[in-house]
Amino acid sequence: MVGEKSGGWGRAALLDNPRVRGILYQVGLCVAVAFAAVAVWRNVADNLARNHITSGFGFLDQIAGFDISQTLIDYSVQTSTYGRAFWVGLLNTLLIAVLGIVLATILGFVIGIARLSRNWLLANVARAYVEFVRNIPLLLQLLFWYNAVLKALPDIRESIPIAGIALLNNRGLFLPQPSFGPGLAWAALAGVAALAIAFVWRFIAQRRFERTGHPLPVLVPGVILVIGALILTYAAVGGTIEFAFPQLGRFNVSGGVEILPEFVALLFGLVIYTAAFIAEVVRAGLLSVPRGQSEAAAALGLRRGQILNLIIIPQAKRVMIPPLTNQYLNLTKNSSLAVAIGYPDFVQIFTGTVLNQTGQAVEVVLITLAVYLALSFATSAAMGWYGARVAFVSR
Amino acid sequence: MSFSEIRSTFRDMRRGGSAGKGSVMKPSIIVAAVLAALTLPAGAGTLDDVRARGMVICGANGQLPGFGLPDAQGNWTGFDVDYCRAYAATIFNDPTKVKFVALTAKDRFTALQSGDVDVLARNTTWTSSRETQLGLHATGPNYYDGQGFIVRKALKVNSALELSDASVCVQQGTTTELNLADYFRANRMKLKSVTFAQLDEALKAYDTGRCDAFTTDVSQLYSVRLKLAKPDDHVVLPEIISKEPLSPFVRQGDDQWFNIVRWVHFAMLNAEELNINKSNVDEQLKSENPEIKRLLGSEQNFGEQFGLTKDWAYRIVKLVGNYAEVFDRNLGVGSQLKITRGLNALWTKGGIQYGPPVR
Amino acid sequence: MSSTGETRTFGIGITEDDIFVQSQRLPVLPAPVATTGPIGWLRANLFSSPLNSVLTLVILGLLILVIPSVIRFLFIDAVWSGTDRDACLGGPNGEVGACWAFVRERLPYFIYGSYPIPQRWRVDLFFVMLAFGAGWLLWLDAPRRGLGAIYFFIIMPICAYVLLNGWPLIGLPSVDTSLWGGVLVTVVVTTVGMVASLPFGILLALGRRSSMPAVRILSIMFIEFVRGVPLITVLFMASVMLPLFVPPAWSPDKLLRALVGIALFSSAYMAEVVRAGLLAVPRGQYEAARALGLRFWRMQGLIVLPQALRITIPNIVNSFIALFKDTTLVFFVGIFDLLKTIEVARVDPKWATPVTSATGYAFAAVFYFVFCFLMTRYADRIEYRLARAERR
Repeated sequence: MVGEKSGGWGRAALLDNPRVRGILYQVGLCVAVAFAAVAVWRNVADNLARNHITSGFGFLDQIAGFDISQTLIDYSVQTSTYGRAFWVGLLNTLLIAVLGIVLATILGFVIGIARLSRNWLLANVARAYVEFVRNIPLLLQLLFWYNAVLKALPDIRESIPIAGIALLNNRGLFLPQPSFGPGLAWAALAGVAALAIAFVWRFIAQRRFERTGHPLPVLVPGVILVIGALILTYAAVGGTIEFAFPQLGRFNVSGGVEILPEFVALLFGLVIYTAAFIAEVVRAGLLSVPRGQSEAAAALGLRRGQILNLIIIPQAKRVMIPPLTNQYLNLTKNSSLAVAIGYPDFVQIFTGTVLNQTGQAVEVVLITLAVYLALSFATSAAMGWYGARVAFVSR
Repeated sequence: MSFSEIRSTFRDMRRGGSAGKGSVMKPSIIVAAVLAALTLPAGAGTLDDVRARGMVICGANGQLPGFGLPDAQGNWTGFDVDYCRAYAATIFNDPTKVKFVALTAKDRFTALQSGDVDVLARNTTWTSSRETQLGLHATGPNYYDGQGFIVRKALKVNSALELSDASVCVQQGTTTELNLADYFRANRMKLKSVTFAQLDEALKAYDTGRCDAFTTDVSQLYSVRLKLAKPDDHVVLPEIISKEPLSPFVRQGDDQWFNIVRWVHFAMLNAEELNINKSNVDEQLKSENPEIKRLLGSEQNFGEQFGLTKDWAYRIVKLVGNYAEVFDRNLGVGSQLKITRGLNALWTKGGIQYGPPVR
Repeated sequence: MSSTGETRTFGIGITEDDIFVQSQRLPVLPAPVATTGPIGWLRANLFSSPLNSVLTLVILGLLILVIPSVIRFLFIDAVWSGTDRDACLGGPNGEVGACWAFVRERLPYFIYGSYPIPQRWRVDLFFVMLAFGAGWLLWLDAPRRGLGAIYFFIIMPICAYVLLNGWPLIGLPSVDTSLWGGVLVTVVVTTVGMVASLPFGILLALGRRSSMPAVRILSIMFIEFVRGVPLITVLFMASVMLPLFVPPAWSPDKLLRALVGIALFSSAYMAEVVRAGLLAVPRGQYEAARALGLRFWRMQGLIVLPQALRITIPNIVNSFIALFKDTTLVFFVGIFDLLKTIEVARVDPKWATPVTSATGYAFAAVFYFVFCFLMTRYADRIEYRLARAERR
């Protein structure tokens, strides 16, 4: 082989040079990709022009004219544009994603810890839960919750009253809606002040703990302080609270806060499904902390709860953050399955109704992709920042 | 989606240190890119494509008894389906040379735009924006419809105007959705709409009590009522809140194909008007009536002007039937739906179906 | 941890003569009843502390509440035979269990969709071929696994295509993909995803670790892009936009579009799995291969990939499980997979009863669970086997 190589200087040798070859490959690849991109672009333009399909983003300013069953911001059929519908959908997606992440994390931690419990029954029930939920497609679970469970709730005429103030039926859960008087701003101000005091207290408590080793209560007094400040100030400035209770109307329940069954089914499905994965992440994280750590802590006389909170979880956190980030991303992306059960999330409103009413598939799908990429990167960045904060600081 | 296990594992592995890096070439990607870049010239005309393929590809409903529904063996029946068969009959002299593609309301236009189907015969309303924005042409209403409501009898509602604050189930991506919002707005009523991607889902939601009312085109209300658990507990309200001229659609820019699709419908109307039907069409070939002669091609040759054959209309009537036959078989007295002709009667009989002359 | 009863432990320099040492043997205490036998097990594992006891009781209560009613619904009250909804409407109170008669009647539809009845043997043959190939590859000690790989990744896909799609020349009438449905479509989509994702995933993983910046950046862009968006949007893109990307004459089949979408999606995830495996191959292996004078592809093919893929088998199987579950999403682009056929059958007025939906979903759940669970177990076993090999 060596003989062959040293024989000819020239083109062959040049091609044998890995660097030259590398550059050639790359140039070739770039040209090919650019070529493909141009071809796709031209095909799209051709196809759109030949079929007389409108293009551009002007449609975002047109009046949408369709109704949306859950809107977090003002949206009216008469005046709102497709652009507004975009935001309504996006906020609905964010709402389900944020709530889902919080609840799935809580449930996931509980189940993950339960899997490692010394209680045989608890550990095995948790294990069965994880095995069962993980091995069934999420879409099937969503359809089950929506079509088999929530639709089986009683009809609106036979609503189940809950404690006399709320109503439950197959159109959702209706809760009393509080409305506050004008003193709310003062109360909020006091609340913020109380929160600041609570943080100062936490700082003092921490310093003292580090100096003397005596813990001071932080959470309970803090919560009492903030809530107390809110209530007392509001009462002091003479604020009133009125509750609008849900009432059965001719067709529907009127008054109160309405929680759509589509929302509940989606939230349930996402939380239950994702919690099973988070439980596994938590379990792996807890197991990653060397046994010696908990034994040493036990030898120091810490109780089991303390060992978990002060020794194990802070260390396990570092291992758990990357896979946890993934689960959060999955949950956000999975919320798009809302389409199957009619919850007005971003995909249902934008990639569904708006695409269909405007017929501008290319623009709508591109915007959809951009939105999800942005959400993914934002979540990754936030978790990356948090991960960096809790990382080991090596001295 | 659920790649947690994998991710967690390889995160663990990644911490194990990095291995060497190698240079990579990707011949397959280059090949794929070159292939993708080959821009073939666009096909000639739709008619030529159809001929070359040997069948018409027809976008149909797939969920709606009376208009388009396949049975368990994949045999399609329905009003729009018969139109598709008529196109095949007139082109190939064989009504079975059709491939049906079931389309939801949501993806029907993209399917037509992208060339997945040659013609969209799927109870689709003719509106201005569908022609100006979507690059499609309606070929002329083969069914004049209007939107209505169905409610439970137990609610004792007699008029749609009493529906303020009612929850209404509706299918997503339809003119129905927009009309509903318009109607409630115009009458200052409060609307709670619940939208679903599929007609069946919306209907099922209504049936299980998620909504007080279900809205869609009246013809469909009659048809879907049969799908409810207890059809007799429900009643269609008298109000018609919109104009829904349902029409087959084609892509713009191919006038020959547009003409064929449009004139198949007119041929069926003219056949009804001239009393030509499936059973007597052979006798009518001998008729002395000049209009019949022109239509069936026994005199002059209008078929070839369409790019078809002389007997283009004969084939339609012989193999599929005239308008009345198609209507009655699928929607009218000969069907479970028992819809009256109403607006869809011929202009000579009090309706507005009017076939321009073939000459 | 446990103190050792009557035995005497002596430290250095302590004898029995020392005053503080017990010199008489105490009578032997009986073993505490509660550390052995079933009662002991119960105490140790269920009632070790007051909190645990409460938890145990609460869970027991919940189980007693849930399990019998589930069993009643699925088996005891279930309706096993009947021809239409009347069989499943139950008594005056509508108290009835699962309507298995519905599943029984619709089973052919759930398995084959609308595939023409006289041609269904072709689907059965495809299932057999697939099971054979999968068994060959999954059984790690099977003979000639290299041949098995060729069969699974090259021969079988071609045969399956001819078999399912038809080839009139050899007497197999063609069957349009719009007639395919049910388990058949679920299996086809999963298989295509698997067969396509491995080679493309490996290429992408190698690309991402390439020293050539253009290759690396393009691979990273593709992988991160696909992983950043939901599968449903990838499918929408494939079904709505793909036809616009290519010249009109090409217009791909609806099922094919979904398959392209699934293949792209699973390749991106597979790339990350393979990359994890590549990262775990020690640097020395690369250096040794280089020192032997191996060029890039031979180094990857002979040294690196065999090791990397071997340790990632459990993860590859796990990603197949995820893929299998994700195939349900083709539902949204109008393809009749198992779940979609159940959705269609469920709203059929012929079988519309209050229990039809739950029954259909229970059937689907059992189907998916059995397959996913078996694959999970398989992955666990491989993982165990690899760990054992590592230890040795």
